[in-house]
Amino acid sequence: MPEKHLLLRHRDIPDIHELEVYRKHGGFEAFRKAVTQMTPDEVTEEVKKSGLRGRGGAGFPTGLKWSFMDKKNWPHYVVANADESEPGTFKDREIMERNPFQFLEGVAIAAYAVQANRAYIYLRGEFWQVAAWLDRKIAEMEAAGLLGDNLFGTDYSLRIYTHLGAGAYICGEETALLESLEGKRGQPRIRPPFPPSYGLYGKPTVVNNVETLTNVPLIIERGGDWYRTIGTEKSTGPKVFSLSGHVNRPGNYELPLGTTFRELIFEHGGGIPGGRAIKAILPAGASSAILPATDEVLDTPMDYESVPKVGSFLGSASVIVVDETVDIVWLVKKTLHFFHHESCGKCTPCREGTYWMDHLIQTIAEGRATPQDLEILYDVAKQIQGKTLCALGDFATMAVVSGMERFREDFEAKVREAVMAGG
Amino acid sequence: MNAFYERHKEEIERILAKYPPEHKRSAMLPLLYLAQRDEGYITREAMAQIAEILDVSVTEVDGVVGFYTLLHDKPGGKYRIQVCTDLPCALRGAEQFLHQLEEALGIKAGETTPDGLITLEEVMCIAACDKAPVFQVQTGEGLTYYENMDLEKTLALIAEWRKKHTKTPEGNSS
Ligand SMILES: Cc1cc2nc3c(=O)[nH]c(=O)nc-3n(C[C@H](O)[C@H](O)[C@H](O)COP(=O)(O)O)c2cc1C
Ligand code: SF4
Ligand code: FES
Repeated sequence: MPEKHLLLRHRDIPDIHELEVYRKHGGFEAFRKAVTQMTPDEVTEEVKKSGLRGRGGAGFPTGLKWSFMDKKNWPHYVVANADESEPGTFKDREIMERNPFQFLEGVAIAAYAVQANRAYIYLRGEFWQVAAWLDRKIAEMEAAGLLGDNLFGTDYSLRIYTHLGAGAYICGEETALLESLEGKRGQPRIRPPFPPSYGLYGKPTVVNNVETLTNVPLIIERGGDWYRTIGTEKSTGPKVFSLSGHVNRPGNYELPLGTTFRELIFEHGGGIPGGRAIKAILPAGASSAILPATDEVLDTPMDYESVPKVGSFLGSASVIVVDETVDIVWLVKKTLHFFHHESCGKCTPCREGTYWMDHLIQTIAEGRATPQDLEILYDVAKQIQGKTLCALGDFATMAVVSGMERFREDFEAKVREAVMAGG
Repeated sequence: MNAFYERHKEEIERILAKYPPEHKRSAMLPLLYLAQRDEGYITREAMAQIAEILDVSVTEVDGVVGFYTLLHDKPGGKYRIQVCTDLPCALRGAEQFLHQLEEALGIKAGETTPDGLITLEEVMCIAACDKAPVFQVQTGEGLTYYENMDLEKTLALIAEWRKKHTKTPEGNSS
């Protein structure tokens, strides 16, 4: 069978969630190879060479992150970020549900590379069933001698544990996640220090997204050079794009980084329902700067370098498609409601700012706002940018600022409504 | 130790074993879930007992409970239907679905049916955006996803629950 998927491999090999089947297709050979034939630093080097970048949103080079681990401070930890809470993102869930062992093998290899003997998988509380499922898969690995003490006859030992969050978007932010895992309120820490020097229990910790880790077995099995042949020069490898909103076939699509929006939305996603026109794209979930769906944007390659050139970010690559019937004011209102709800309240600009923006956008959406209110909303958003403790504050301003700059007429129409109503 | 510990001794020890002994506070959320399974919500009493097990103050436990939306410190319906109305789902009709459900149940989001069976809630994205309308059902036992739903399927599901809870041996319907 031609190999179509490297991450969503269950789509080619349906029973790959069974240990035997996974092993028959080479499963855990990469982990064995790493532990028995490579030094931890060699594993990290191979990942560096592959060019793999974090799939959790920031696109930070994975091997480089691993090399930052403080080797004077022990023990080390690996934490897999399975919080998957960005609106429009549903890729990690499919990976864990359908191709769990490849992800777990990635966790194991990462742990070996940084010499951690314990790894935690932090799942959002809603993934209660996924956690129970992973617990079963971990138990199967233990029974097969793939986890535990003296792995493959060496003195390396590893245990993997799942840990459930309890409903808070902010716990996807890595330091909030660590606080939550320590049994506290999930509020971000001041950084630096970053987790590779001060992480879980104050110890050096690698935090990586589920999809990032799922790439790792392939890199160790086939080499960093092979991996670089997929994707673009600076954004290497395959990527799972979660496609949602106004498309005929929403879902996850695994495509090389650098695939255009047009190909994803029209070829794979089957275009816009009802033959309507596409109006806008949010490439990174609710945290996106909104892109007008011009030809230039549609022909932009989805990679970490190209999307910023047209005024947004690739982020988690959760592509939300919006057709011509949607009022951008309504859309911005939805995002602000989300961020106001999810602000953890630790720093003032975000706590107060999301409150005010949510309040103002409601006034505007209800057709009760003056032109001045538009200016105030824009100013509040601009005031928040760059002044918050974690990136959530900035995320909250993305749709507002881009919406007001790029879809001005939608906002002005709402203000005209207010004027005509004598408001 | 205390009654909560005695009642769940084995499970609590299994949970504590997942974390380094000097960091047992990490067991906070798992223990709170356990308490929620007992009563459907987390009582003051359970908070105090968890605080004792983890060597932290009750105020700290209370602070954690208040922070997370899946933890409840007040009783609600036996089944919490949590409908996602976040942006991607809203683009696919989730808000209309919620309104239909509100009308059919005669309650608004945030309210509980008079028989105490159902609490209807609106939630943010639950990572199932390609299968809208979606909701999760939270009970003390855990959480289940229902995807590609419509009003008819949802009402059939609710009818099943009603049957189950009016035919208990004690004959109580709450
Ligand atoms: C508000 C906020 C929410 C985040 N949510 C997630 C998330 O749900 N999943 C995730 O993997 N990363 C999330 N991140 C990014 C993490 O902080 C971190 O960068 C990532 O887990 C690192 O892994 P990677 O290098 O493999 O991408 C979030 C960041 C912020 C600021
Ligand atoms: S920016 Fe918002 S979410 Fe982040 S720490 Fe500040 S208040 Fe909390
Ligand atoms: S927006 Fe509803 S599940 Fe994602």
